[in-house]
Amino acid sequence: MKNAIYRLLGEHGRLPVAAGTIASDADLYAAGLTSFAAVQLMLGLEDEFDVEFPERMLNRRSFASVDAIAACIAELTAGKAA
Amino acid sequence: MSFLNTRAERAAAVAGQFAEAVDRDGRFPHEAIAACKEARLLAAMIPVEFGGEGASMSQIAEVCAILGQKCASSAMVFAMHQIKASSLIWHGREAPWHQNFMRRISAEQLLLGSATTEGGIGGDLRSSLCAIEAEGEVFKLTKSGCCISYGLQSDAILITARRAPDSPPSDQVMAILTKDQYTLDMTMPWDALGMRGTCSDIFTFSARAPAEQILPSSFADIAAQSMLGAAHLLWGSLWYGLAADAVARAQAFVRAEAKKRPGFQSPGHLRLAEVSNMLQAMRANVQQGLARFEKAHLGGDDLASMGFVVAMNQVKTAASRAAVDICNHAMLIAGIWGYRNNTPFSVGRHMRDALSSQIMISNDRILGNVSNMLLMHRVETHLAG
Repeated sequence: MKNAIYRLLGEHGRLPVAAGTIASDADLYAAGLTSFAAVQLMLGLEDEFDVEFPERMLNRRSFASVDAIAACIAELTAGKAA
Repeated sequence: MSFLNTRAERAAAVAGQFAEAVDRDGRFPHEAIAACKEARLLAAMIPVEFGGEGASMSQIAEVCAILGQKCASSAMVFAMHQIKASSLIWHGREAPWHQNFMRRISAEQLLLGSATTEGGIGGDLRSSLCAIEAEGEVFKLTKSGCCISYGLQSDAILITARRAPDSPPSDQVMAILTKDQYTLDMTMPWDALGMRGTCSDIFTFSARAPAEQILPSSFADIAAQSMLGAAHLLWGSLWYGLAADAVARAQAFVRAEAKKRPGFQSPGHLRLAEVSNMLQAMRANVQQGLARFEKAHLGGDDLASMGFVVAMNQVKTAASRAAVDICNHAMLIAGIWGYRNNTPFSVGRHMRDALSSQIMISNDRILGNVSNMLLMHRVETHLAG
């Protein structure tokens, strides 16, 4: 899953550095993720994993790092399998 | 009426006395701000433990509205000062330097200015070119092309910059520099259609100061959690005051006409009902924003949510549109007597001041950001929330 997140981060994140060079627990906003790019990334993630982010996940914390994004996706996809 | 409002009305009376001169000469409202200091309004929002009186955002908003009725430029200076104070209050509370500085604001009634814009970035305050250059315990900072309202009259300036020379444009911090630590080189003086007393000159700002003066939170958090909301709400409040005074003038005109010609209903009568309607909607918009801001600051997740950012932005775009429309309505009601600059029903200054509301943080930019967030954030379908 993280590979896909990194790929989407590279496609939508508009980061000044290569997405793959960012540690999975590093702060994406400090790495240059803007709120505009964060929304584009969210749309890409929804499409990729066929999920919809509920309102409670639409905050800065959910998208603060690759790990945080992975936790959200894991929660949403686990809900779907159940 | 609270004691704070009584003091605000005293300061507003002074602001009103000099409003025309401030507007005509495009000068700083010295008298009004001196009256605010005299009434100890500048530290009103500072927590009691740091020498202030711990006023709420709603109480400060009311002061903005009271001042806004008399002189929008003075109200804007007061509002911008409080917006800067909010950054300190919410993000400098744990830091010794900032605690001490809040005590100084309270004791000396210091006026805080803001340098969050920069030449070459097109007005996006969440992006910086200039960077903090650390040299051991101190840092150097030079920022050019920044519009600093009442820069020359400020006692301290809160300024944004990239965290370090190798940081991306969005990784910003905010530092507080006192007047003795910076130099301002004016590159373009303020001469504008309205809000002529804010003296929003453009400067090159250069400073050197101890690194402990940088606020511990990232500017991303400061902007999202306090500055954005405080700015939109306090601006909205003073615009409400400005609009309310324009409506009061239009109402006075209609009443005077009604007394002269009993039983005759001019077209202005109907427009008065219409504009009163618009004013009520504007008031509800700002009040609802204030309630959400204050509830969010009590705890919980709302403060970090996209919905909160959307709501605060929409208070601003709606209030600024309303202010312009309401002033225009007031002018239509009083006709030539509203259009002239020398009658009790004049709304020319109100109109010119109100026009600034659409471009100070451009509504088009805000609507662009909100439209992006609305790709994710669902609109509120519940009436009661």
